[in-house]
Amino acid sequence: MTGMGTTGLTKPDAFYESLLKAHEGLSKADSDAFNARLILLMANQIGDEAVLEGLLASAATSGVSAVKD
Amino acid sequence: MTKLFEVPLYPYQRSKDQDAASPVRHPVVIIGAGPVGLALAIDLAQSGVPVVVLDENDKVSVGSRAICFSKRSLEIFDRLGCGDEMVQKGVVWNLGKVFFGDRKVYEFNLLPEDGHKRPAFINLQQYYCELYLVERIRMLQAEGKPIEIRGRNRVSEIEPAAGHTRLIVETPEDAYRLEAEWLVACDGAASPARRMMDLEFAGRVFEDNFLIADVVMKADFPTERWFWFDPPFNKDQSALLHKQPDGVWRIDLQLGWDIDKEEEKKPDHVIPRLKQMLGDDVDFDLEWISIYTFQCRRMGTFRHDRVIFAGDSAHQVSPFGARGANSGFQDADNLGWKLKMVLEGKAPERLLDSYAYEREMAADENILQSSRSTDFITPKSEMSRIFRDAVLDLAEDHAFARPLVNSGRLSVPCIYDGSPLNGADTDLLPMRTRPGSPAPDAPLGADWLLDRLKGGFVVLGINCSVPEDISLNGLKVVGVAIHGPDIGPELRDRYLGEQSKAVYLIRPDQHVAARWLEFDRTAVEAALAKALGAKEEEHA
Ligand SMILES: Cc1cc2nc3c(=O)[nH]c(=O)nc-3n(C[C@H](O)[C@H](O)[C@H](O)COP(=O)(O)OP(=O)(O)OC[C@H]3O[C@@H](n4cnc5c(N)ncnc54)[C@H](O)[C@@H]3O)c2cc1C
Repeated sequence: MTGMGTTGLTKPDAFYESLLKAHEGLSKADSDAFNARLILLMANQIGDEAVLEGLLASAATSGVSAVKD
Repeated sequence: MTKLFEVPLYPYQRSKDQDAASPVRHPVVIIGAGPVGLALAIDLAQSGVPVVVLDENDKVSVGSRAICFSKRSLEIFDRLGCGDEMVQKGVVWNLGKVFFGDRKVYEFNLLPEDGHKRPAFINLQQYYCELYLVERIRMLQAEGKPIEIRGRNRVSEIEPAAGHTRLIVETPEDAYRLEAEWLVACDGAASPARRMMDLEFAGRVFEDNFLIADVVMKADFPTERWFWFDPPFNKDQSALLHKQPDGVWRIDLQLGWDIDKEEEKKPDHVIPRLKQMLGDDVDFDLEWISIYTFQCRRMGTFRHDRVIFAGDSAHQVSPFGARGANSGFQDADNLGWKLKMVLEGKAPERLLDSYAYEREMAADENILQSSRSTDFITPKSEMSRIFRDAVLDLAEDHAFARPLVNSGRLSVPCIYDGSPLNGADTDLLPMRTRPGSPAPDAPLGADWLLDRLKGGFVVLGINCSVPEDISLNGLKVVGVAIHGPDIGPELRDRYLGEQSKAVYLIRPDQHVAARWLEFDRTAVEAALAKALGAKEEEHA
């Protein structure tokens, strides 16, 4: 999957700020654990395996360590 | 006290085969009187196929070993005539607790689906299971059925020949020769037969050790299943506590791969750990300790011409999910009727290839399931541990995370989708009873459906008349018609769905072969031919 379209967030900056805030003061290990819990909660909220597979693919194909084929 | 597994159950007796002038040939010889070999022998003998079982030992299995017997295994035991013994002795549990580190993250009640004669599973020591199977063999012998079990008969050589296999069998007296038209190797994970034939045993390998301890509690202790992830008394590993009959509790401690087995097994080492696990105030006696090593792997193919592999000799899985012995019984269930049909000339030898196809598929499924459990229980990377721990942390407050907790997915029978034996289907009937699936049980008034689906192939008519016997190539097929008031909500839900009537062709191992909305003799005959291994053009 390439390109997920435009943002679905109405207040992108505010969400981004909340995300960073949630990690403030956490050790690396605690941040990793937080992220893992967040991913699982979000996956449950999305609740659609096909969408999740698409998101996994999008995450894998963007960024420097991207697996492009 | 003498333990059951210390008493010879089938002591050596000289067989007349040992004094025969030339090697005696038997239709079926089974190597190994473990649970799988015994079950297969019963299935064959009770349908009239002569069978000889050879075992190098003369006792039941040492220690409890497999302890969880699934509903499907119990249904198979019912068909073999020893289900009641197992269930009466076994322990049924429903409450499970999951611990993570030093805290309980949640508990669950199993609440199995209603409308089945047998519970989702029972806990029973493997030696009791084997004992009841041997007792069933004694009953069959008393009825004059052609079944023999020869203790302290060790197979030391196997030589495949044209149309049979030659064996050399060692006994406490002399060694003797024997021939088998069909040889079934149920000789366990270390299978000497596999080694003698130089066959591979490959696949995904997970190396792990378990310390298995049977303890007798001196005071009341709850009948619950407790599973620990990463407990303080077994850092980075798992632990399991399970109740068995006779006040015996089974404790499994996962140890990992690099361990000193002799050291780990010493009571001075084990007892403090168990005290940490059970609480200091719990008094217990240690009955049996063993270290069990397993890998996940299977043979490339389970049929090698006239030598067929079943049970642990063919496939080995991790103990999570109790798929070892349970899948072995399904092997036996699948193989018994096929051997009979081939031996009696009612099916081509090719039918036995479908045993390999179906049970290799099942083994792959079991290996996949138990590998997933293993990946959850012992995370292989830092990130997989982070996710595993996140699931366990969430499980405490969020019900959605609980199904992600994988401490073993309990053995369920494989659905043989795509099997060459599967015949006609219609998607107007429920998915769960499609061809290839194990026929689910359902109440029939005071009786049970599966108790009616016995004695060979069955044509089952629901709200639909079927002839009482149909024959094809001289093969008698049992007709079972169920009408009106006997059709309860479970039967309707599992076999009819939205339809008012249906016809099912059920194989002797109680798997669905084909199904229709009404009875058509020609269609049933074609499906029967297919289920017996005929190629398309032979019954077109
Ligand atoms: C210590 C231990 C703990 C286990 N715990 C569990 C568990 O918790 N849960 C679970 O599901 N499974 C468990 N298993 C696995 C389970 O016991 C097996 O899946 C099951 O016994 C397989 O049955 P089988 O009949 O295929 O083989 P086995 O039970 O191994 O029987 C093989 C038989 O073949 C005989 N034999 C071998 N070689 C020869 C020869 N050359 N000639 C004649 N006879 C021969 C042996 O004497 C033996 O009786 C455990 C196994 C062990 C060893």
